[in-house]
Amino acid sequence: MDAKRRNRRGFLKSGAALAGLAAGGSKLAKGQTQGTPAKKIDELIAYGERSRFVTSIRVPVAERHSPDEFGLTFHVLTPLQDSSGIITPSSLFYTATHRGAFVPDIDPKEHRLMIHGMVDRPLVFTLDELKRLPYVSRIHFIECLGNRARPTHKTVQETHGLTSCAEWTGVPLPLLLKEAGVQSGASWIVAEGAEEVKGDSSIPLAKALDDCVVVYAMNGEPLRPQQGFPLRLMVPGFEGIYQIKYLRRIKVVDRYYMTYDDYGHINPDPKVAALTHIIGPKSVITFPSGGQQLSGPGFYEISGLAWSGSGAIRRVELSTDGGRNWKDAELRSPALPMAHTRFGYHWNWDGKECVLMSRCTDELGTVQPTRAEVAKYWNQPLDQNFRVPGADNSVQPWKITSNGSVQNGLA
Amino acid sequence: MALPRLSLSAAVLVMCQTAWTQSPTYGLGRSPSSEEIRKWDIAISPTGKELPEGQGTAKEGELLYRSKGCAGCHGATGSGMHAPTLISRKDVKPNPAAFCLAPCVNDANSMSLHSPFATTLWDYINRGMPLGKEGSLTPNEVYALTAFLLYKNDVIKEDEVMDKQSLPKVKMPNRDGFGLPPAWKHGEPRLQGYP
Repeated sequence: MDAKRRNRRGFLKSGAALAGLAAGGSKLAKGQTQGTPAKKIDELIAYGERSRFVTSIRVPVAERHSPDEFGLTFHVLTPLQDSSGIITPSSLFYTATHRGAFVPDIDPKEHRLMIHGMVDRPLVFTLDELKRLPYVSRIHFIECLGNRARPTHKTVQETHGLTSCAEWTGVPLPLLLKEAGVQSGASWIVAEGAEEVKGDSSIPLAKALDDCVVVYAMNGEPLRPQQGFPLRLMVPGFEGIYQIKYLRRIKVVDRYYMTYDDYGHINPDPKVAALTHIIGPKSVITFPSGGQQLSGPGFYEISGLAWSGSGAIRRVELSTDGGRNWKDAELRSPALPMAHTRFGYHWNWDGKECVLMSRCTDELGTVQPTRAEVAKYWNQPLDQNFRVPGADNSVQPWKITSNGSVQNGLA
Repeated sequence: MALPRLSLSAAVLVMCQTAWTQSPTYGLGRSPSSEEIRKWDIAISPTGKELPEGQGTAKEGELLYRSKGCAGCHGATGSGMHAPTLISRKDVKPNPAAFCLAPCVNDANSMSLHSPFATTLWDYINRGMPLGKEGSLTPNEVYALTAFLLYKNDVIKEDEVMDKQSLPKVKMPNRDGFGLPPAWKHGEPRLQGYP
């Protein structure tokens, strides 16, 4: 309760600040954008901010708006169309919560992580203790299962904006589990957050003992509150709901717990369940992408992102003729396991209508499928209503019209 | 005199042992007390082994549904308001979407019925409700509200008492209608043979 009250006060304060800005904005000198924060120079020396000419922002998913009637935050999309490289700035990283959440205001001195259940030595750690332990820094994406819930959206922010990538620093979970001493017969863990709803998920013990990390820092600074401050679980390659924010507890257990957050993953067909919790190889062209406008024929550098929940990206191919011919794109960033990988492709547009597509291959040799290939696998008709079961990692076509406007090829 | 002194020193020994237990390699962390574990151990297994003592019925739950403010967000009939549907509407068709970004609001998909185990319902009401007063319900109140929703969705009879024995045995409509995520192995594809 206290956490939320503080949060609401904070909200009122920022609301007042915005109102002040709007009032002050009209008095600004000619040539300045209205609403430019009039911060003092010593404030900006202490904590920098982006140029007022850079205006890229996140937007809430339209189907369930944030904040909703109760003030809860649900799903907020990152502006992939404006992204460069592979790191998403923390302030633009997508956010999502299953039931909706008030971002908690947690005092890190009070926060604890408990590891218990089927272990020889149940343990409680303070944040200071966790920071004394050996740590790793790794670059990984997080993607929500709900990314691309509807394939017909207009922009790449709307179609693919529930994925982001950051550098995460923390203690390897295998180290912590070894300290606690996992008992034989254990097969899952339940990881749980400290926010009001205490969101929790069942995670295979094999994954927990492989590459999961108890994270306290993101992009070189403590986690942001929207990303789980002061502690979150990183489960590389698994969909977003497993990346438990505000992590307070890990219980080692011998079965799937079917928590509230788990039951969204169940499906009568175990094959669909298998395609649900791990992100398949996926790529998308971020420029040019839906809603953008080419100024005319000539040279353009096509740019995009590829990632896979099963490892590193090995190859990205590009088609400028709707999938008839494919050529290798260049990887423009390190290709790290379970991380966004930037690709580029030199392209001379002749001014004629065409369809751009990308497809990637991951280190297991799995190739990103087209919607047609997925429909064929499930023996279903390929029409606008066809929905890719599980996490939709199918190829995204962008149509360039002869006047240079870019449209979703599936809309 | 000798005997109590012995057991006292034994008790002191045990306490020291507890306080000393830290992670063996790095000597960090401490052992939680059994009371600390009990307070946080709120994820309820389908076997119900973490369920506390207590009991409740649908009739008690119906009163609580109004007095605890459930109806204010979920609607007097369990649907029709801003919060997710708790009692299936029979006058509308279920949403055909494979899943919802957020739990379905105001339709035939009842959040109470989706899980194959009634323990999920108890767990979620206990940890996550009512909005803004999470964790304030007593075990009896959670049993009663769970019983009320199960009764209104035609899963149990009105006079069935829900407690730690009976709740895990409730046969949910979706009990056999699910597949679990497969056992995960490093380096294996999501699904063999999938494009």
